[in-house]
Amino acid sequence: MTGLSIQNLSMRFDLPNGGHVQALKDVSLDLKQGELLSVLGPSGCGKTTLLNIVAGFLAPTEGQIVLNGHQVTGPDAERGMVFQQGALFEWMSVRDNVSFGPDMKGMPKAESAEIVDHLLDVVGLQDFKEKMVYELSGGMQQRVALARCLANDPDVILMDEPLGALDALTREKMQSLVLKLWKETGKTIILITHSVEEALLLGERLLVMAPRPGRIHKEYRLPFADMGVGADLREVKKHPDYAPTREEILNMIWNMEEEIMGRTEESA
Amino acid sequence: MGQIIADLGGELITLFLSVLGMLPYLALYIGLILFALFVYTQIKHRLSPVQDFTSLKTVTFGDESAVVSNKAASVISVVLIFVIWGAFTGSAWLPKFLHAPGPFLGDARFTYTLETADGETAQAQVAVRVHEAGQKPDAPVVDGNEGLAQNDTLVVQAYRSKLLRWDANDVVTRKDGAKIVAVNATPISRDADVDVGFGRVALTDKGTLNFEPDKGWQMENIWLPAPESVWQRLISVSRDGYQNVTLAEHLSYSLFRVIVGFALGAAVGIPLGYAMGLSNWFRGWFDPIVEFMRPVPPLALIPLVIIWAGIGEQGKIILLFLAALWIMAIGARSGVSGVKISKVHAAYSLGASKRQILRHVIIPNSLPEIFTAARVAMGVCWGTVVAAELVAAEKGVGKMIVSASKFQDTDIVLMGIILIGIIGFGIDMLMRWAEQYLVPWKGKG
Repeated sequence: MTGLSIQNLSMRFDLPNGGHVQALKDVSLDLKQGELLSVLGPSGCGKTTLLNIVAGFLAPTEGQIVLNGHQVTGPDAERGMVFQQGALFEWMSVRDNVSFGPDMKGMPKAESAEIVDHLLDVVGLQDFKEKMVYELSGGMQQRVALARCLANDPDVILMDEPLGALDALTREKMQSLVLKLWKETGKTIILITHSVEEALLLGERLLVMAPRPGRIHKEYRLPFADMGVGADLREVKKHPDYAPTREEILNMIWNMEEEIMGRTEESA
Repeated sequence: MGQIIADLGGELITLFLSVLGMLPYLALYIGLILFALFVYTQIKHRLSPVQDFTSLKTVTFGDESAVVSNKAASVISVVLIFVIWGAFTGSAWLPKFLHAPGPFLGDARFTYTLETADGETAQAQVAVRVHEAGQKPDAPVVDGNEGLAQNDTLVVQAYRSKLLRWDANDVVTRKDGAKIVAVNATPISRDADVDVGFGRVALTDKGTLNFEPDKGWQMENIWLPAPESVWQRLISVSRDGYQNVTLAEHLSYSLFRVIVGFALGAAVGIPLGYAMGLSNWFRGWFDPIVEFMRPVPPLALIPLVIIWAGIGEQGKIILLFLAALWIMAIGARSGVSGVKISKVHAAYSLGASKRQILRHVIIPNSLPEIFTAARVAMGVCWGTVVAAELVAAEKGVGKMIVSASKFQDTDIVLMGIILIGIIGFGIDMLMRWAEQYLVPWKGKG
């Protein structure tokens, strides 16, 4: 029983004024080992809540997460997370950040040093090993975050808009890197993003979520991620299915946003 | 209540008037600043008449990052303070032409005219000798005089005044009904005075003359000593001490109190702040105490501390401990609660335990805040120690200036104030340097 199974997940937040918000309602999903899932949706659709529950930072109101046959009850090294920005430890060098996971496990220095060296090679930061993280650019910092997550050899990698704060060019390079790491390591990856293009390129499966209550609206299975591994992503975008799919999803999200706006106007 | 308002209103009017009186001097000072700016830009323009892009930049106004401290202005400002200080104290370090007019010193004469009861008048001269403080010159020599009035002599110290009992040697006296009617041929009446060019001569109620030499614009030594006398005091006090205590001893006692008090405050305050930042129970327990004690100025605790612990070292260290404690506790608390949740989440999902997160994430993340608090606490402690020593102490720089003020040793008071300023500044510099060295990641998360 390998893989990640999200079963009938519901999440309700109580508000201080006595009301409540239904952030997620009855979300179910099965991911096989090594699948790459991107999650897209308008703001307020509960995608970050979903990720936080999978990571174990939040306990769901109903439902459960099962990973490789056991239930998830809290954060654990088997589920690594890459954040948007500012989650690196700025008091540590690049090397210490990457070896944080192994160090916490009590892995011998020699062994962890090997892992760090290898991963910094993979993300192309070998020359920056001794630098402090605040001396690096935003893109480099996200490479460190990826390497830090991989150093723990997790079964699942959760990414919460990891490339959201990067400029277009850096972002494209990082997208290629994510695809490369996915293929090379065979990890299960859940990637949350705001960008439709990124969701298309980095999603073997693509989930569009709808808000109020947060739920799965539509799921796609896409060929672009496989095509993109080791290839020029701009070439992938020329695929005949790419533009129509992008338009379809954009319209879908656009309509949801319209609906939200309409609803707020009605209630006001 | 109405009385209080009336009293305070009166105070306010007095204050307002004295502020108005200062406005011309303020305007003069601002004029000096602008004049220096004008001269500076003219010189700079002559030396390097470059019109580069920066010099043409217009969007510096309101752009905080574009406004940097002008070194020349700082130097001129500090030099000017010393020049003004020297000018109004007649400093030997300044060339004479920069001095403000000093008090009248030396010999001069004025005449008085007396009128007897039967209307006869007579004139006599008064030879005046004005001397500096600390000197005891002989009386000037005067010739004898024919007639009713005899010439007099008067020896006066600068900035003081002296009564002249003019009839002490005259043929007719006040008892005979003689009185002074003019000074330097200017008619004079009781409670009025006459300017004799080097001072003022007044006729008192009793009919005697009161001479007050011209004070000039300079400050008397016991009000404001010249810079060189402060410097000489610094040398003599650091060599011989003041009231049997050396300067090094005064300073080390003060610094010792600050360092020990601060260290104790930090040793208790930081764990307290951590406990408050990490546990609801401790937060709830200590919040009312900390929030109540924080706004109480440590100086207000001095009387209580003296009652409880006396004027020895213990009392002062308790005071400084209390001054540092709340600041450090609040700094540590906000350092802990200010940790970005994503960092804690990241550490959890990397497999760290609670203890490991405390050790490797929360503590290092709180260090910059703790350093900021330490800088503030050191400043407050330094201010508090001086104030506490002013109230009661046997040794310490505050004690030194307060006992000097009792003997009107203004130069020691001034020296002490300057030393206090320099040490306070030095402490802050040291803390900043330590901050840069120890927590270089500050503000870079």
